[in-house]
Amino acid sequence: MSERVARVRGALGSWDVVVVLALVAVAVVGALTIDGVASPRFWRFVTLEAIPILLIALPMTLVVITGEIDLSVASVVGLTCTVMGQLWVSGVTSLPVLIVVSLLLGALLGAVNGLFVTGFGLPSLAVTIGTLALYRGLAYVVLGDRAVANYPPSWTTSAIKPIPGTTIPWMILVVAALAVVFAVVLHATPIGRGLYAMGNNAEAARFAGINVRLTKFWLFVATGATSALAGVFWTLRFASARADNGSGIELAVVAAVLLGGVSIFGGRGGLLGVVAAVALLGVLRNALQLAYVPANTLTIITGSLLIASVVGPNVAAMLRERLRRRRSIAPTVSPTT
Amino acid sequence: MTVVRNPPVAAKARGTRLARRTFVVRELGIALALLLLVVVTTVANPRFLSAQSIKDLLLGSTVLAILAVGQATVVITRNVDLSIGSILGLSAFATGSIFVASPGLPIPAMLLIGVALGAGLGAVNGGLIAAARVPALVVTLGTLYIFRGLDYMWATGRQINAADMPAGFLRMGTATVVGVPILTLFAVVVLVAVGYYLHNYRSGRELYAIGSDPAAARLSGIPSGRRVFAAFVASGALAGLAGVLHAARFGTLDANAGFGMELNVVAAVVVGGVAIFGGSGSVYGAALGAVLLTTIRAALPVLGINPFWQDAAVGALILAAIGLDRALSARVARSLRERKAHV
Repeated sequence: MSERVARVRGALGSWDVVVVLALVAVAVVGALTIDGVASPRFWRFVTLEAIPILLIALPMTLVVITGEIDLSVASVVGLTCTVMGQLWVSGVTSLPVLIVVSLLLGALLGAVNGLFVTGFGLPSLAVTIGTLALYRGLAYVVLGDRAVANYPPSWTTSAIKPIPGTTIPWMILVVAALAVVFAVVLHATPIGRGLYAMGNNAEAARFAGINVRLTKFWLFVATGATSALAGVFWTLRFASARADNGSGIELAVVAAVLLGGVSIFGGRGGLLGVVAAVALLGVLRNALQLAYVPANTLTIITGSLLIASVVGPNVAAMLRERLRRRRSIAPTVSPTT
Repeated sequence: MTVVRNPPVAAKARGTRLARRTFVVRELGIALALLLLVVVTTVANPRFLSAQSIKDLLLGSTVLAILAVGQATVVITRNVDLSIGSILGLSAFATGSIFVASPGLPIPAMLLIGVALGAGLGAVNGGLIAAARVPALVVTLGTLYIFRGLDYMWATGRQINAADMPAGFLRMGTATVVGVPILTLFAVVVLVAVGYYLHNYRSGRELYAIGSDPAAARLSGIPSGRRVFAAFVASGALAGLAGVLHAARFGTLDANAGFGMELNVVAAVVVGGVAIFGGSGSVYGAALGAVLLTTIRAALPVLGINPFWQDAAVGALILAAIGLDRALSARVARSLRERKAHV
């Protein structure tokens, strides 16, 4: 039994590697066969698209590892965009002030989620479906169906400015720095081990002296704040604040996190796989678009990859188990024949 | 729920009665909230209860209620079905395409095709979940994308207009019997049938057992895999039915029908008092939740509240509903414990 568990663990541990290899394979094959994939412009677009998803996927990975989920992230993006737009319209013209206010707002929205989940002990799936509607609704209350689009063009240029000498937007460096912070916390600190522990068994984690409630609360705050940062980036990149900004990306983020090998029941997964999964989906989508493959094919591929990512390891484990049993039976049978 | 080990029979009966009463109270609570909302809105504007507006409310709730009944069946087993919006979309587009190809097809046959299509797609979900033992949320998030992708692929940007549909079918979408739309009657029949089955049949009760403790259910010999599979087939079949009704109501169809509807349906189910972690609640509550959500959206503008508050109000309602459920179940658990202590 323990051997089987170890084997399943081994298979899941290497899932990160599978996703990275798939990413490399898609990039190489794409660059060789599809015109334009090798061009620097292609990678610029892929990066621009991946930035908001990555930003949200980083804390979401930690949240899902603790066995919770946050479906309100896209609505936090929308609400941040509209509040930022409304402030700009009412005369707040300093970008740093707008960014700080947005981040504080995001942290507050995350704290509300955290309070409902950890303070009142409610299931996060239900709570964040509620705040998904609530925050998106408040976004409509703030801006209605208006759009704020008269930001200074210099803001957009500065948000998507490339790293000197490349075409890659500099914002990815911020994302990379955050990714390192989250990765260190998750994989190299006692807090990180605690996250896995509470995902596997919250009660046992509590008895082991981990403050489950407080940790989860701060995770929701972090998710809110990074979602707000994604909202700021969204506003600046498209120079447009609308109440429906980011609508529906919660499922895209969850799909990337799960494809990256994080178990929806918590306790398993890592950041490398998730970052690779976001990149894989982004590269795949843009490469297929260049190859004139209709967008709906990509939708189907995304779904199939997601299912394969959970069915694959399970079926492999079942087959191995069956093989092992047959092998252990075989020697006792063969002498008699 | 608290597990009480070998309680004396009388106390157990009392405890069960209390638990059952609490859940009836829970459904009455939504019904009362609905009634209050309707009364207040009608006082503000008597036309809110005109025949036309009642008809609109019922029509608006029908599709959501049917989906909520299916979703509740799945959620009761501690699973979730995120693919219903996409199943509805496929079924609605199939309805349009089939009617364009053979306008003479009788309506009951179309309904059967829709239900069968939905059941088939639900069987894909259920098969993967039961056979490969993978989490429902992941599988149905995957099929949400796959089914919608197939829908887009099939539609290739086309739109089917009301003019392409048989007149009889579109009449069914608007016709009423003593003020009640025919489409709503479908929802009522579905609700009563599923509600009766879940409450009175052994296999229906087993769905609750699976949801409240999957391991215990398996150990007591309940064929969990088969039951969960059946719940997903039922949810798919109802989404298929909802797709045909959606087509009858709107007439004009593209590949986007039902897009993004899944979380609304889960919201209706949760508002209706079905615990998201399974084992409790009823389809009646879920259907009431669907009607309440629809009514709130309709009532706000009538009450002179900015319609942009709709989503915010729905969100607040969901949070209030799960908070209330938590408080109620904590009370039941406490009194069950006390009863045990007294004896």
